[in-house]
Amino acid sequence: MSSKVRRKPRIAVFKFASCDGCQLSLLDAEDELLGVAAALDIAYFPEASRAMVKGPYDIGLVEGSITTHHDAERIQEVRRQCKTLIAIGACATAGGIQALRNWKDVDEFIRIVYATPKYINTLKLSTPVAEHVPVDFELRGCPINKHQLIELITATLAGRKPNVPTYSVCVECKRKGNVCIAVAQGVACLGPATQTGCGALCPSFDRGCYGCYGPMESPNTESLSNQFRILGQNNAEITRAFRGFNAWAWQFRKASEESERT
Amino acid sequence: MTERVNQYVLESRDFQQLLDALIKRGYQVLGPAVRDGAIVYDVVESLSDLPIGWTDEQETGRYRLRRRNDEALFGYVVGPQSWKKYLHPAEVRLLTAERSGRTFRILNNEPAPPRRAFLGVRACELAAIAVQDRVLEGDRYRDPIYAARREGIFIVAVNCTQAAPTCFCTSMGTGPRVRGAYDLALTELVGPGKHEFVIEAGSDAGAEVLAELAPSAASEALCREAEAAVERAASQIQRRLDTTGIRDLLYTNFDHLRWDNVAQRCLACANCTMVCPTCFCTTVEDVSDVTGTHAERWRKWDSCFSQNFSYIHGGSVRSSAKSRYRQWMTHKLASWIDQFGNSGCVGCGRCITWCPVGIDITEEVRAIRESPASSKESSHGKP
Repeated sequence: MSSKVRRKPRIAVFKFASCDGCQLSLLDAEDELLGVAAALDIAYFPEASRAMVKGPYDIGLVEGSITTHHDAERIQEVRRQCKTLIAIGACATAGGIQALRNWKDVDEFIRIVYATPKYINTLKLSTPVAEHVPVDFELRGCPINKHQLIELITATLAGRKPNVPTYSVCVECKRKGNVCIAVAQGVACLGPATQTGCGALCPSFDRGCYGCYGPMESPNTESLSNQFRILGQNNAEITRAFRGFNAWAWQFRKASEESERT
Repeated sequence: MTERVNQYVLESRDFQQLLDALIKRGYQVLGPAVRDGAIVYDVVESLSDLPIGWTDEQETGRYRLRRRNDEALFGYVVGPQSWKKYLHPAEVRLLTAERSGRTFRILNNEPAPPRRAFLGVRACELAAIAVQDRVLEGDRYRDPIYAARREGIFIVAVNCTQAAPTCFCTSMGTGPRVRGAYDLALTELVGPGKHEFVIEAGSDAGAEVLAELAPSAASEALCREAEAAVERAASQIQRRLDTTGIRDLLYTNFDHLRWDNVAQRCLACANCTMVCPTCFCTTVEDVSDVTGTHAERWRKWDSCFSQNFSYIHGGSVRSSAKSRYRQWMTHKLASWIDQFGNSGCVGCGRCITWCPVGIDITEEVRAIRESPASSKESSHGKP
């Protein structure tokens, strides 16, 4: 660091259609939070503070998917305000669980759910941020892993590549010394097709991977679907397996639609 | 009754004495234990830690624990883990650095690994350790982490008296009888009204432990029985991998259609390389904390199935699953020979059992061998 006084980089956290769980990961990073606050000027983070400093910002974290006309416009402004734009979480990177509506008639939902449907103005699709504006980095997960978030912020500040691997959950699961539940128990596990980042959480507790971190770098969903059939899953179950938090990620979307057609 | 030199009998009720003798010498004994539906390797302190009366059923992409109708201690084949988890750990911190002012200090704070004894090393696993010895410390560039962990390991080998359908050690010339550098070797004999081990020493350290157990000499008949049990295991092995000219076979079939076929099934999930007892590839990650005052360098198991593994400027060299499977198998069975003088495969069958979609390396080799490429197609030569 040079001795002259430098302005601390400004970080902003924006919320779109989401549950807030991912931005809470930042507040949840208790051990590192003071370090983050020392290294960064937390300029805009409505979830944490009423003090809101106007942009531009050096780093913008965007949580949530784009589901309304208003949000589709707002994300353009957010992009203009942020030097580095990072999409965090399954909503911002894949459309989230709310993208399940992309296979249904949204107008029908509105009629059923809302007393006064005309007050609702929404888009037909729930889409990831990258479908609207260029994104510098997508941090996966439902929710994101706070350690990955801190690593990403740290790497961004240091100007180095973040250690956020894109290979399968299996690599981390095996490194942990877990016994493969797919092979040893016949559990349908999405781990081989899913990007790691969660620390192989579910397989460590005898549950098959739910695919929270979205498709790994080169998922073979067709072969995995065939294996699910061998393990006794029917097509409806396979469709549901791929249609979770990352349902709209194109590889999972393709897999769920293929098993739906079969 | 005639007796054989060097071969002794250890009754199963005295087995604890062997554990005690090792623990007394300061060894942390690592051996088989039942955990999470499989037989894994863990710390063993008493007889009850061992998988008494358990066996494994294995086939392509499937593993199940089953109860035996006896009290065998080593009545299973091989599990998902191998000794590489201790010798070549999945994650290891290479260094820690602390910034102070304008300089930084490297802290080398890794504690020395404990003295360890491996209990229950199978013939294929002994061969796998020899393969990793060659790769990681048998050359100009020694891996100090492996060397420090490898040095002074006390090996209690166990001859296989049964085989799994996934085993093919006989094809790779590695088993089922243990050969090479062990300290003690056991053959377990279990039957109605008896449970004993034929035990022999393979080193001075082994002989010293054996002397302390003061076992009686094994009769000729018992030794023959032990040999027959190992031969029975050999005869159970159905899987074959024909290694005749395998190096050239794979080098000249770089464009074989079978690679496309296997790529349709391969998940590129890297499970085969993680469970392989000889796969040694790693990646190195530098991490720093947000304050920029503390940095660490970690080495982690990596795999030729990951895209970043072959990342160079401009992108990944092996972008397709096809190219990655071909790289793995061709390295394991062919270019490993050029590189290290022997095959990288020991025939343990782990990659077959633990592949989530049951891809079988022996079957892939057979498919290529049955319809090898014409010489014209093989013009690409070595991968």
